[in-house]
Amino acid sequence: MKKVFDLIDLDCAHCAARMEDGIRALDGVVDVSVNFFTQKLTLEAEDADFDKILKKAVKICRKIEPDCTVVIK
Amino acid sequence: MTQKHKKRLFRILAGALLLLAAFLGDAMLGEHLAMWQTLLLYLPAYLTVGLGVLKRAAQNILHGQVFDENFLMALATLGALLIGFLPTGEAEFAEAVFVMIFYQTGELFESIAVGKSRRSIATLMDIRPDTARVIRENAPVEVSPDAVAVGECIAIYPGERVPLDGTVEEGISELHTAALTGEALPRSVTVGDAVFSGATNGGGTLKVRVTKPYADSTVARILSLVEGAAAKKARSEQFITRFARYYTPFVVISALLLALLPPLFSGAFAAMLPLWLSRALTFLVISCPCALVISVPLSFFGGIGGAARRGILIKGAVHLEQLALADTVVLDKTGTLTKGGFSVTKAVPCGVDAQTLLTLAATAEQQSSHPIAGALSAAVTTELPPLLDTKELPGRGVIAKTAQTTLAVGNLHLMEEVGAVPLAPPEDGTAAHVAQNGCYCGYILIADTLKETAAEALDDLRAAGITRTVMLTGDRENTARHVAAALGIDSWRAELLPADKVLEVERLLSEPRRGTLAFVGDGINDAPVLARADVGIAMGALGSDAAIEAADVVLMDDDPQKIATAVRVARKTLRIVRENIVLTLTVKAAALLCSAVGLLGAWQMPVAIFADVGVSVLAILNAMRTLKK
Repeated sequence: MKKVFDLIDLDCAHCAARMEDGIRALDGVVDVSVNFFTQKLTLEAEDADFDKILKKAVKICRKIEPDCTVVIK
Repeated sequence: MTQKHKKRLFRILAGALLLLAAFLGDAMLGEHLAMWQTLLLYLPAYLTVGLGVLKRAAQNILHGQVFDENFLMALATLGALLIGFLPTGEAEFAEAVFVMIFYQTGELFESIAVGKSRRSIATLMDIRPDTARVIRENAPVEVSPDAVAVGECIAIYPGERVPLDGTVEEGISELHTAALTGEALPRSVTVGDAVFSGATNGGGTLKVRVTKPYADSTVARILSLVEGAAAKKARSEQFITRFARYYTPFVVISALLLALLPPLFSGAFAAMLPLWLSRALTFLVISCPCALVISVPLSFFGGIGGAARRGILIKGAVHLEQLALADTVVLDKTGTLTKGGFSVTKAVPCGVDAQTLLTLAATAEQQSSHPIAGALSAAVTTELPPLLDTKELPGRGVIAKTAQTTLAVGNLHLMEEVGAVPLAPPEDGTAAHVAQNGCYCGYILIADTLKETAAEALDDLRAAGITRTVMLTGDRENTARHVAAALGIDSWRAELLPADKVLEVERLLSEPRRGTLAFVGDGINDAPVLARADVGIAMGALGSDAAIEAADVVLMDDDPQKIATAVRVARKTLRIVRENIVLTLTVKAAALLCSAVGLLGAWQMPVAIFADVGVSVLAILNAMRTLKK
């Protein structure tokens, strides 16, 4: 499953790259991109664990950039 | 300015007022206060502006990421606050607060500038349709474009954006494709024509049958290409990332050595330590690599966004960099420099007038599927008499009968067969000879014509600094020589099979060169060559899936002048990237040297902050130039 999420207040390109690296290292992640310019997180992961992986991904984002929120629809 | 920016601005102003109050208090009572009491005086101001930085630095250390700019700033200012407690140190409370205010102001400005440039790049690519008006049970319903199924009909009103690819069922209109191809002239569409998502409907209401799901539509593909482009990092970008990884620890260790070694060797360690400690703190502030880390990817993205605006899709920063370094451009002939279809270039009649000659030939060929037949019928506007009988003779031509006459159209062999005496054409190209009832009527020259802008395109390439142009073609040598001469192409190879083109490009690649090699083709049967060249450029890709897949750079229409435009955009972008790298490193190196030997005196902290945040802002503003034409 592949889903796109908006990121609010992602302020630094450097942090975006670090978020991407961090999420990529998670188990079950097929592909991920954190795009600073479009302020979007694209996450592709195994269907069964998607929600669990997403939760971990959000945690990583908050750790790197505490002001940035991932919009989960 | 966002809500967050306003909050930050408020904190800075409050901090500045508290600093002023503390400074006045210090000036009036300073002499009666102990060091720790003065510290308390300044602490509210410091914490108001600096608490966020301290918190962030602490968090990052807990997460195992020690060396970032928050850490550097926290270290530098805490150091300045505490240096007064050393036996020979001078109090620098005001300086510490001032540095924090200056830093936060710079950060705020940087954040606003980055946000602004990010948004202006995002609007460049604002071709995403928000809704589609799908016709269900005879009434239009507004839904999200990805909820429309293939085969459903959508209505598009004047001024609206085409949300999905499809074919026109009803209506006539003009479509503005400027956002897709950079082409200013609108295309007119009518029943049966294909329309591409992302274009804007000009004149009338259209009813369109959807042929592709949204995920495969033109607009979705363009957006995913451009958005994905940032992920394919250029070599200079990778350099910056690697650079930052080793740079920060290196700087922290250097600062430590700068603080400790000179006092150690001076013989009076305690007396000299405060001075060198404050120099080392300045050194830390200057050394922050953010100007590079932000501005280099921003420049590449700006270049890619600006090119997309002109109908040029560059699939990654790495390809933009390769294109910027090109000095050799290899061009395919058919479809790239020429129109890729046959048309009548000349009619040479013999005993009849030219119009009659064309009409006779078109009459005979009207049932043929040969490419020449298409060119002939396109050259005639009058009604043609019906044919009673027609016979195609492979390799020779056509013999056709109307009610009045027998016509033969074909090559010299056919003329001999029907007993006509043909002229031998001196011109280059394919000649169709025409005979009526065995009498020779003349010949018609048919050739693949040059695109109108082909000559200018080659001039533009030379002006853009391409030193060598090579043309490859599967066509005959004669034709190739003529085209190359007309356009001033440096060298050419003719009668090549697709596989030969790969070999030819590999041969060119193996020659010693300074720059890279770009290959331009129409993407139809040259995918292997597109892949082999340093940069593969596919033309006329609107609607052609194979070309978009195979190439590194995709020109959305088939105007060859876009090749030079792409090269210019790429060169400008790379120049700006290099300017930023040189600017940043020079300012930082100069400031580092000055602070290490103590040239800056009381000004060292303000200068240090400028070398950090000020240079970042300059580099970001410079990066924004990539968006301009």
